[in-house]
Amino acid sequence: MKITKNEVLYVAHLARLELTDEEVDRFTLQLNDILLYMEKLNSVDTSEIEPMSHAITLNNAFREDVVLPSISPELALANAPEAQGDFFRVPKVIE
Amino acid sequence: MELCEYTAHELSKKLRKKEVSAKEVLDSVFRRIEKVEGKVHAYISLMRETAYEQANEADLRLSKGESTELTGIPIALKDICCTKGFPTTCGSRILERFIPPYDATVIEKLRAAGAIFVGKANMDEFAMGSSTETSYFGITANPWNLERIPGGSSGGSAAAVAAHECIGAIGSDTGGSIRQPAALCGVVGLKPTYGRVSRFGLIAFASSLDQIGPITKDVEDCAIFMNHLAGYDPRESTSVPEPVPDYRDFLNREIKGWTVGVPKEYFIEGIDPEVEEIVRRAISTLEGVGARIEEISLPHTPFCVATYYIIAPAEASSNLARYDGVKYGYRSPDGRDLLEMYRKTRAQGFGDEVKRRIIIGTYVLSAGYYEAYYKKASQVRALIRRDFDLAFEKCDVILTPTTPTAAFKLGEKREDPIQMYLSDIFTISANLAGIPGIAVPGGFTKEGLPVGIQFLGNHFQEGKLLQIAHAFEREARIEKRRPDL
Repeated sequence: MKITKNEVLYVAHLARLELTDEEVDRFTLQLNDILLYMEKLNSVDTSEIEPMSHAITLNNAFREDVVLPSISPELALANAPEAQGDFFRVPKVIE
Repeated sequence: MELCEYTAHELSKKLRKKEVSAKEVLDSVFRRIEKVEGKVHAYISLMRETAYEQANEADLRLSKGESTELTGIPIALKDICCTKGFPTTCGSRILERFIPPYDATVIEKLRAAGAIFVGKANMDEFAMGSSTETSYFGITANPWNLERIPGGSSGGSAAAVAAHECIGAIGSDTGGSIRQPAALCGVVGLKPTYGRVSRFGLIAFASSLDQIGPITKDVEDCAIFMNHLAGYDPRESTSVPEPVPDYRDFLNREIKGWTVGVPKEYFIEGIDPEVEEIVRRAISTLEGVGARIEEISLPHTPFCVATYYIIAPAEASSNLARYDGVKYGYRSPDGRDLLEMYRKTRAQGFGDEVKRRIIIGTYVLSAGYYEAYYKKASQVRALIRRDFDLAFEKCDVILTPTTPTAAFKLGEKREDPIQMYLSDIFTISANLAGIPGIAVPGGFTKEGLPVGIQFLGNHFQEGKLLQIAHAFEREARIEKRRPDL
């Protein structure tokens, strides 16, 4: 097996994703197949190759540091599941 | 013929000559929607009220002679483009009630041109899929055969164009999501060069691969849309300050003396004989107008799918970390503390395919696996790009099939991720290399399903793609059929 149930659970924890037992079983099998398919890449010699992170070579995109209009706090909060005053409200973090 | 069945360039002439009004065109589109949308389900939401306001404005502009070629043209927007004040779901429960506070740059540009927004088109959740079956808002059917998929992820956009539920549409393409559905629905779809069209306001899937582009009824319309979409945007740091030509100038030109590369690696693995025959016929058509066909090699083609399905999920897992139930979108009511709220929000808000990709992406980026997967894939990506660089030293454009088969049946590949991923085998390479690609109708299978021809060009050579696609469209004279709905 390329990936075990425990690894799937660990990765799901890193991604802050709760999985049901059924999902863990199914994803473990499917991810194994997918990772086995990825093995194809091992047959390519890349020892001298620089990794490519972008399709187009661009230099830094600089601009003048000037203040432009931005959205208001009301609009920024308009989609919040829960807001209070100028803040986003979340469940308790510390006891 | 109903007004909704015309192309944008035909309607634009009628609108400017005052033969019809924008309101009449829009009426025709909405009549069509009433008739066929129950069968096709191309849209997640319709924008009827604002569309009629836009039609009034368009008629006013037309009466003053201040129109563009898109003024009064009803279009569909893939529901991944942020529309100010109107819900934008990305096909996901997690954004079901999200109302963007701003417009995407392409939306601003289309508004300024006077285009009319009919509605937000269905799509695979977060554009992750090749069949539009992963949408939280239900499946879309292929207008040519309602038991078949329309392709994806821009399946709603392509189906809406094919079913005449709009005149043209906006899609996005991360691994083929414009070209594959365009091919399977028998319409034209262009994925521009990475950086050619601003991604500002496009909900991110894989930021080094995503590009916005048009889906249209013919190549001329595609050129018109590109004239309005392309260009540098200071709000988008990967947007490229390259001058934009008038894409219409590339229409009605000859391609005599051009070298068209046909990569041998695209004619092996599992290609349907009927698709191959249609592609071979397209090659003869081009030879008939003086193009020179040369067999070329893109040796890293067999590694494209594996490379893509490491890089795209890796970027997606990072991009989708923002959906945490705090600033916008769905929040699970069941979380007693912050961590539990995150975990349950994401568990309930995302569908299966999105979860699968978040897990793959997180895995390939995690300590101990990064080198073996992500770094390796990024190196192979460089080799894939080099294949194209070398090929374009020898040829003007490359011709390939768009997909290995015509539209497959709904449900056929839903539970088999690898089979689903392999349906993108001919389109993924363009995104990895950042080059533009166009899908144009090439003909129909015996069963009456459309098949697409794909042309790939070097960076910023969209003009060349439109030139050859238009020449092919003129010469091939594909039988005009209409889906029986």
